[in-house]
Amino acid sequence: MDTTKKIFNKSSLLVPLVSIVLGLIIGAIAMLAGGYNPILAYTSLFERLFGSPYHMGEAIRAITPLIFTGIAVAFAFRTGLFNIGVEGQFVMGMTGATLIGVLLDLPWYIHGPLAIVTGALFGGLWAGIVGFLKATRGVNEVISSIMLNWTALYLANYIVAAFLLEPGQQKSRPIHASALMHIDWLIELMDRARMHWGTLIALLGVAVFYLLLWRTKQGYELRAVGHNPDAALYAGMNVNRTIVKSMMISGVFAGLGGVFEVLGVFGNQTIMAASPGYGFDGIAVALLGGNTPVGVLLASILFGGLSYGSSGMSFGAGVPSEIVRIVIGSVIFFVAAHGIVKYMLKPFMQKRSADKRKEAA
Amino acid sequence: MEVWGQLINTTLVFSTALIFAALGGMFSERSGVVNIGLEGLMVSGAFAAAVATHSASEAGFGSGSPWIGLIAAVVYGVLFSLLHAVATITFKSDQTVVGVVINILALGVAIYFTRSLYDGSVQTPQLYDVFSKVSIPLLTDIPILGEGFFHAYPTTYIVAILVAVSFFILFKTPFGLRLRAVGEHPSSADTVGINVSRYRYIGVMLSGALAGLGGATITLTTTSSFAYNTISGQGFIALAALIFGKWNPLGLAGAAVFFGFAQAIRNFAQLFDWSKNIPTEVFYMLPYVLTLIVLAAAVGRSSAPSALGQPYDPARR
Repeated sequence: MDTTKKIFNKSSLLVPLVSIVLGLIIGAIAMLAGGYNPILAYTSLFERLFGSPYHMGEAIRAITPLIFTGIAVAFAFRTGLFNIGVEGQFVMGMTGATLIGVLLDLPWYIHGPLAIVTGALFGGLWAGIVGFLKATRGVNEVISSIMLNWTALYLANYIVAAFLLEPGQQKSRPIHASALMHIDWLIELMDRARMHWGTLIALLGVAVFYLLLWRTKQGYELRAVGHNPDAALYAGMNVNRTIVKSMMISGVFAGLGGVFEVLGVFGNQTIMAASPGYGFDGIAVALLGGNTPVGVLLASILFGGLSYGSSGMSFGAGVPSEIVRIVIGSVIFFVAAHGIVKYMLKPFMQKRSADKRKEAA
Repeated sequence: MEVWGQLINTTLVFSTALIFAALGGMFSERSGVVNIGLEGLMVSGAFAAAVATHSASEAGFGSGSPWIGLIAAVVYGVLFSLLHAVATITFKSDQTVVGVVINILALGVAIYFTRSLYDGSVQTPQLYDVFSKVSIPLLTDIPILGEGFFHAYPTTYIVAILVAVSFFILFKTPFGLRLRAVGEHPSSADTVGINVSRYRYIGVMLSGALAGLGGATITLTTTSSFAYNTISGQGFIALAALIFGKWNPLGLAGAAVFFGFAQAIRNFAQLFDWSKNIPTEVFYMLPYVLTLIVLAAAVGRSSAPSALGQPYDPARR
């Protein structure tokens, strides 16, 4: 009961909520500047989201990878690391799952799990490079993970092109049915929306994120290093090992996101001109969610919903769907620069506390 | 042999944009503000340059159009960097996070307005008035080196001058001394009467102007249009050049030329016997992998400005 109260207390919720409103307002201003009707656009967004079982299912499909990348970023943040490389780890996760899914032929109870674990490992090891370089060579994790994002993109393209290519096409051969993670009855129920087990795993991931960080000794160490590495070192913790460990766990979450895009949604991997972008959205999700389990979940629902609904905006109101990037960008700008929001709210807050004081007197 | 001259030439084309952006990053970081947003600022510059040059051509400015594009890139880059400055300096937000936000916002705004300006197209129209290479008389006749160094775009000559000017400003003028003081030890700087916030604002705005020029350079010399992938990580490579170059104009220029070479080589991979059979993806990966190796092998922590990344709070000095 106490924890729920803490999560929903006023001040921690106020800044994100005001930021969301401000973000939507800025989106509306951008729409007016581009000569579109913002009210029509936002209405079409909601109509798209809640219009039919198919669209609701597809929205959940769009939200799922954001939960994974959101907890990946949030986990690293909690341990004092900025994992901007979730994007690359996501791509490596996709690649690991595709390799197993396409090249091997195994019974379903081994094939699926093996593909998932391989993808997760690919993601974890890719992030481990970043942690290793930071711990041993002092390389800033932001720069190294950005370089690894691009490397992952081209490496994945090379692997698909060289070993997995469907002749005459720009994508891999299909994943064998034994490794696919579709939920067939739910797909029928949701009018052929691409529902998969990844959503359930993502929710489990949120729980693991919470249990690992707040209910284990390791988690305590991880958070201690994030809070104050010097103090943690003084207390006898191995800071360098913790950095590598934290990056690898974060990378596993990211990799899992990629795994289920392949095994649950597409059933193959394309040669990509640019990386899918879920990793960068994960940063937005983690920031808006305040790096808390429930916050990340809610934020991924918001951003995933907005991103998916944006196709409705371009359909219904002719607004380029990139408007959503501006909305999301503005929301996290205000969350990051919460000083601005508090400054804007000051007149209201002061009045309220003055009223309270009067009551007390 | 001709190929070597062309390789040098292409290297300089790619390095020019990197040097602009890295110089921008230098002014920002020397004042103590981390600027991960370089990428976004380059995107903004590339976008503004494309739109302004296109409009200027339509309005009949002819070969003057790209210069108008350059000015637009500077103005728009500075405006965008102001977002960064307000959030990180006045409101003391986390500099890395704000930089990432700048990257997301800049790309979103650029693509959104590209699509609404040009009937839903994800790319600006192909520009017909862009920079063309200028040869310096006599010098251009030197074998290999002439083709390599003295037959270049105007932006390359501009950036060469800017490197020298930046070096002079940073190390030989009172302004440079104060800017460095603010980045090394803001509270001491404050004590002797330097306005820390003002110098940091100037540093960040210079980064917007210069990174904007860097983005514009790519639009106006290499791609001739703006699309979502016009910049594709150049801002981050510039940031790496800044670190590799130890926050020094000459050092970062050298590092940027190195990274420019890594990009240029991919256009020449087909011309050499030894590289014909290497998959193209390897050459695409090369600049990023090299950056990583260089950072891991050569960088010490000590050379960064001491107060880098820390918001200055006079109450806590």
